[in-house]
Amino acid sequence: MSNVGIIMRRELSSYFATPLAYIFLLIFLVLANLFTFYLGGFFERGQADLNPFFSYHPWLFLFLIPAVSMRLWADERRTGNIELLLTQPVSLWQAVVGKFLAAWAFIILALALTFPLWITVNYLGSPDNGAILAAYIGSALLAAGFLSIGSLASALTRNPVVAFIVGVAACFAFLVAGYPLVLDAFRNWAPQFLVDAVASLGFLTHYEAISKGVIDIRDLIYFALLITWFLLATAVVLDVRKSE
Amino acid sequence: MIKTEALTKRYGALTAVDAVSFTAAPGEVLGFLGPNGAGKTTTMRMLAGFISATSGRASINGHDVETDSLAARRCLGYLPEGAPGYGEMTVRDFLDFIADLRKLRGAARARVDAVIERLQLRSVLDQTLETLSKGFRRRVGLAQAIIHDPPVLILDEPTDGLDPNQKHEVRTLINEMAGDKTVIISTHILEEVDAVCTRAIIIARGRIVADDTPQGLAARSRYHNAISLSLARPEQLAAAHAAVAALPQVAAVEVDANKARLTVLPRGGALLLATLSELTTAQGIALKELHLESARLDDVFRTITA
Repeated sequence: MSNVGIIMRRELSSYFATPLAYIFLLIFLVLANLFTFYLGGFFERGQADLNPFFSYHPWLFLFLIPAVSMRLWADERRTGNIELLLTQPVSLWQAVVGKFLAAWAFIILALALTFPLWITVNYLGSPDNGAILAAYIGSALLAAGFLSIGSLASALTRNPVVAFIVGVAACFAFLVAGYPLVLDAFRNWAPQFLVDAVASLGFLTHYEAISKGVIDIRDLIYFALLITWFLLATAVVLDVRKSE
Repeated sequence: MIKTEALTKRYGALTAVDAVSFTAAPGEVLGFLGPNGAGKTTTMRMLAGFISATSGRASINGHDVETDSLAARRCLGYLPEGAPGYGEMTVRDFLDFIADLRKLRGAARARVDAVIERLQLRSVLDQTLETLSKGFRRRVGLAQAIIHDPPVLILDEPTDGLDPNQKHEVRTLINEMAGDKTVIISTHILEEVDAVCTRAIIIARGRIVADDTPQGLAARSRYHNAISLSLARPEQLAAAHAAVAALPQVAAVEVDANKARLTVLPRGGALLLATLSELTTAQGIALKELHLESARLDDVFRTITA
């Protein structure tokens, strides 16, 4: 097995060595269903789709993803395990990618466990299952984007709680970048192209396009670039600060 | 084979390691000594490829630790300070993880069980690391360092925090493993140097201040070949002092009036035991005890690093 695979497997099994993983899965599933049925009005809408489910994912992820990513590197530095890991014959990028993939696999598992909703909606009507699959892919990409930001936040500090708070704040900034809340602050003074640039950096525009079932290559490239950039930044930060 | 050339690490204005150059050959067990904060751990971390040097170079078996880092790390077994390890993993899972990273496959995989036997970890295999005692944790740390049978071993304070029995065990183990490997251990416990090292480097404020065999270091002690005399009759102390001090080979005499004891420091490491024995007999000085002082390494250490 490749080093990335070995590190990913170790990391993933360590999630399940403590009750943390199970608690997370439970909270995720409970909240996802609450949002869908109460806030989203799943039944009242009378439509056979999962829009109420997917439209709350960004807000659900905003708090739950940094909770998963906060320990990625902060813990490793706090315990000194980083010295053990990085003096094995593995490169820094293998460690960064391995840990990121473990966290992503865990979130994908959480998403997969929402399958009863998909069964329900198929029982009640005949939804566009292609669109639902696209929305799941969009949700997984959104999670990966948040995780890569959380990974950087976790590399910046030895303290997981600080990593969580910084992670939530940074994810929030990226989430709302496309909203008037942020854009109005730029509109007064910045040229239009800058406003457009900030707007296009936001997660929501890209996520909403995919979750409506439209997989545009530009949205995929956006997520791929964003994730790559944040993982590179994680590696750079670790390289400088790993021994502190 | 470990080689460093003017290895230097600066943190801002602080020079943690200052132009350290040495070569350690296979078969050598090199003791890295020095007060806390002298730069031992920083030097070892640079050798292990964990931090990079500000200037200078280091290589493990000919592989530069910066430019050929992965190859250098493959030749190296490293025990970081404090023997870290993933607390939630069992000993078995942890060693399997390291063996995977070390690419031990097929027949080589038997090394894992050999190492478990050698470090007597069989009884704790299914315990998680966080539940282990300090002694066992240290042994697990040693196990991960030697699992791939590396030609070079770097152990940062392998006996720190262990009880005397565990210290003895770890030292025996290092002695057994040494063979044709190049081993560096860091310590600030001086008895360890006598017990395991073939050579000692003393480092203070980032610089090498002594590089010698343990015997050579001991010879630098004021107490090298010193002899102490305990008198049976305390009233003879003054007479004995005068007689001994008059000898040409004697550099100095220390007097402990409470215990009626003289410590005779020889000039140029001369052997005085026979001379003193004859002298006291001739002068009718009654002795309770006459013995050769063992050289005090801590005395040398303090003189050099102060």
